[in-house]
Amino acid sequence: MSTNDRFVHLKIWRQESPTQAGYFEEFKVPYKKGANVISCLMEIQRNPVNAQGQKTTPVNWDSNCLEEVCGSCAMNINGRVRMACSALIDKLEQPITLEPLKKFPVTRDLAVDRNRMFEDLKKVKAWIALDGTHNLGPGPRYSPKVQAERYVLSTCMTCGCCLEACPQYTRDNDFVGAFAISQVRLFNSHPTGAFNAADRNHALMGEGGIQDCGKAQNCVRVCPKEIPLTTSIMRMNRAVTVQTVKDLFMKDEGEEAGHSGPA
Amino acid sequence: MANARFTVVGGGLAGLMTTIKLAEAGQHVDLLSIVPVKRSHSVCAQGGINGAVNTKGEGDHPDIHVRDTLRGGDFLAEQTSVKGMCYAAPGIIYMLDRMGVPFNRTPEGNLDFRRFGGTLHHRTAFAGATTGQQLLYALDEQVRRYEAEGLVTKYEYWEWLGMVRDEAGRCVGSVAMDLRTMEIRTFPAEAVMLATGGPGIIFGRSTNSVINTGTAAGRAYIEGAIYCNGEFIQVHPTSIPGEDKLRLMSESVRGEGGRVWVPKKKGDKRHPRDIPESERWYFLEERYPKYKNLVPRDVATREIFDVCRNLGMGIDGGDAVYLDVTHIPAEELDRKIKGVMEIYEKFVGDDPRVTPMKIFPGMHYSMGGLYVTFDPDPRTLTPADGSPKNQATTIPGLFAGGEADYSIHGANRLGANSLVSCIYAGTIGGPAMISYAKNNAKSAGAVSQKYFDDAKKYWTERFEQIRKMNGTENPYVIARELGDVMTENVTVVRYNDKLKATLNKIAEFRDRWHRINVLDTSNSNNRPLSFVNQLWNMLALAEVITKGALLRDECRGAHYKPDFKLPEPKTRDPNQDPEWMKLWRERNEKWAKLTMARFTENGPDITYEPIPTPVMEPEPRWYA
Repeated sequence: MSTNDRFVHLKIWRQESPTQAGYFEEFKVPYKKGANVISCLMEIQRNPVNAQGQKTTPVNWDSNCLEEVCGSCAMNINGRVRMACSALIDKLEQPITLEPLKKFPVTRDLAVDRNRMFEDLKKVKAWIALDGTHNLGPGPRYSPKVQAERYVLSTCMTCGCCLEACPQYTRDNDFVGAFAISQVRLFNSHPTGAFNAADRNHALMGEGGIQDCGKAQNCVRVCPKEIPLTTSIMRMNRAVTVQTVKDLFMKDEGEEAGHSGPA
Repeated sequence: MANARFTVVGGGLAGLMTTIKLAEAGQHVDLLSIVPVKRSHSVCAQGGINGAVNTKGEGDHPDIHVRDTLRGGDFLAEQTSVKGMCYAAPGIIYMLDRMGVPFNRTPEGNLDFRRFGGTLHHRTAFAGATTGQQLLYALDEQVRRYEAEGLVTKYEYWEWLGMVRDEAGRCVGSVAMDLRTMEIRTFPAEAVMLATGGPGIIFGRSTNSVINTGTAAGRAYIEGAIYCNGEFIQVHPTSIPGEDKLRLMSESVRGEGGRVWVPKKKGDKRHPRDIPESERWYFLEERYPKYKNLVPRDVATREIFDVCRNLGMGIDGGDAVYLDVTHIPAEELDRKIKGVMEIYEKFVGDDPRVTPMKIFPGMHYSMGGLYVTFDPDPRTLTPADGSPKNQATTIPGLFAGGEADYSIHGANRLGANSLVSCIYAGTIGGPAMISYAKNNAKSAGAVSQKYFDDAKKYWTERFEQIRKMNGTENPYVIARELGDVMTENVTVVRYNDKLKATLNKIAEFRDRWHRINVLDTSNSNNRPLSFVNQLWNMLALAEVITKGALLRDECRGAHYKPDFKLPEPKTRDPNQDPEWMKLWRERNEKWAKLTMARFTENGPDITYEPIPTPVMEPEPRWYA
């Protein structure tokens, strides 16, 4: 606990631009009941003065919804990756250290560039190949059990916590990481999505695919949405193995199919 | 239209649906968003999406959805777009289902529907209690597919600054700023869609996301677009107050059986679980025996306000009432509203499955927005397919949709109508933009470069000026003070003297704005620089909202002025009280009108436009 309850003591990573060197700057902001990391950062915006009493610039960070559904505000708080909006001050050891995610390039201070995650969603074709948006009636029926399984997977907010905690995911490799593998499971488990399961499986078979997973299981421990990421990895591992076998026979099937359809 | 490009601003449901419609037609889209589109505010919608699919054997029908929506909005909504939306809604839900949204299912595997406020039907499809998030992801995935195909180019972390207009006033593109490099550039476009959401941050703490400053709509208004019904601000009955924001507790909590109550004994200190049933006052159920806890939001909000502020019956005499789901099995709660349960648990620390939640109303949604037109098909009284007039603002080439436009919700929005209204706006907005472009003799690309150069120069100079601001005022402090005064005086209960005082305060804030210190002069990710400009636009909209509220001397939907309240009718059904009906009719004739705000240097010029009522004649709104 801090020596003075009336202040929240923060140690925040400052870095003006992607290419400049960073450093820690300390702040003491007035304590308020129910405060979280974001409300302290907002307080610094209103009074950008550091613990030494010197004027400084407001801290830059990414946030939006502040209720843990948009995925913006992931950062390292006291050395642990988590969402800043749900990090309540009363539950944190002080001084509270705030650092940006280390697996992504810093844009400024606590904000990072996670565009690689969105690019990887393209790589694994994380969508349903829709005929069009015109009216074609309801989608396929599926059971409440399948819905419950898919729903949890679909709450992934692309925050990057699983990647930050993953020993295999680095800035200079191509590993897609747990979130993308789990998204493949999500789309393959939809009756229509399953039509393109092979494409997605193949995307996980190449370089940066599922074989890069070292099974450290850190991902599932840090996921703020408690998505069963290791189960997803296990299931997709099996699917990819089956796909490899299928691919061997698919060649023949493909040739046969050529005979049965119209020329 | 070879090489034609369109611009969509905003990556929430309305913007993404517009983008999909444009890309599906083979058009190229520049999609500008202030945050990565997958992080847009639509993710915050919890409860569900309305559509009269009628799967519960209740005889629901789009016409009943129309009636509920128009009544819910106290007959201030644009009727043909409401009808169009309600008829399109089942198809929209099916489309989302086909896109893979994990909607909750019935045992047979069909879509499940829950009940929401302001209706007696199970009309709300839902995906747990994060329906908005799930819908946004589905549209985001489809847009990503078009992005991979090269039809959509995303500009994330780009802020829309203003329009580029030619000599005739036509919008031929936009100026935007990269919030990372602070580069300013122009985006020529055949048409521009503003799907930039609502202005909740004007109220400081609200259920809105950080980006919902209303800056784009505010700027469009300053540049000549009409802002309509600005004074209609929805305050959600159930939110949890926080230091940084008010967190929404979805209406689905009540839809799934949640009950609102306070102890019958004032200031009862007992733990809520120790207060027996007979000593609890379920005031909504008592006052509204038919709709009970599912009265429309404006009604529920005023009742909670009344219980706490006028009767002093709030928990511990303060601003809070219980929202109780402890009688519902935890397993069922987790299956249907886990997302909401978790938010409460995480941010308050109590388990709502065991201990009743403490909630209070919080600013939530703007029914008003940019004025747009529709082109009704006389046979169906719904917006004609592909008409360029649909979702069009008064500025040629500029369209608006979603919370940024005024059309669907009138004086009060029904729960679960926002998601469907956003998607509907995109559904008709995209084709409208294409038709508009086809009808234009001259492509925006062929317009003189001078207009683009001038617009870019204007904004470059404006930000150079802001960068030099080295006064004593902190922009975030001004914003907080603005939020406090707006929340205090321009939300649930409104009085003319306080509204006048608020206008004076806004003038003061504007004066202080000129003495701002920009706090940061860097050329990298300079958020204060962008915020100072946003704040100017927020002040413009705050003035529109407050002046609209001041001038409208009546009670309608979310706009409530005790000094101008009609007396209580003598009969439960007001239609049975002829004297009261006479008063109501006179009142309605005077005020069933759109508030049209036009920017002038001396503040908003406000006029009133009658509302055509081809679909349904106004009637008194009562829920008892």
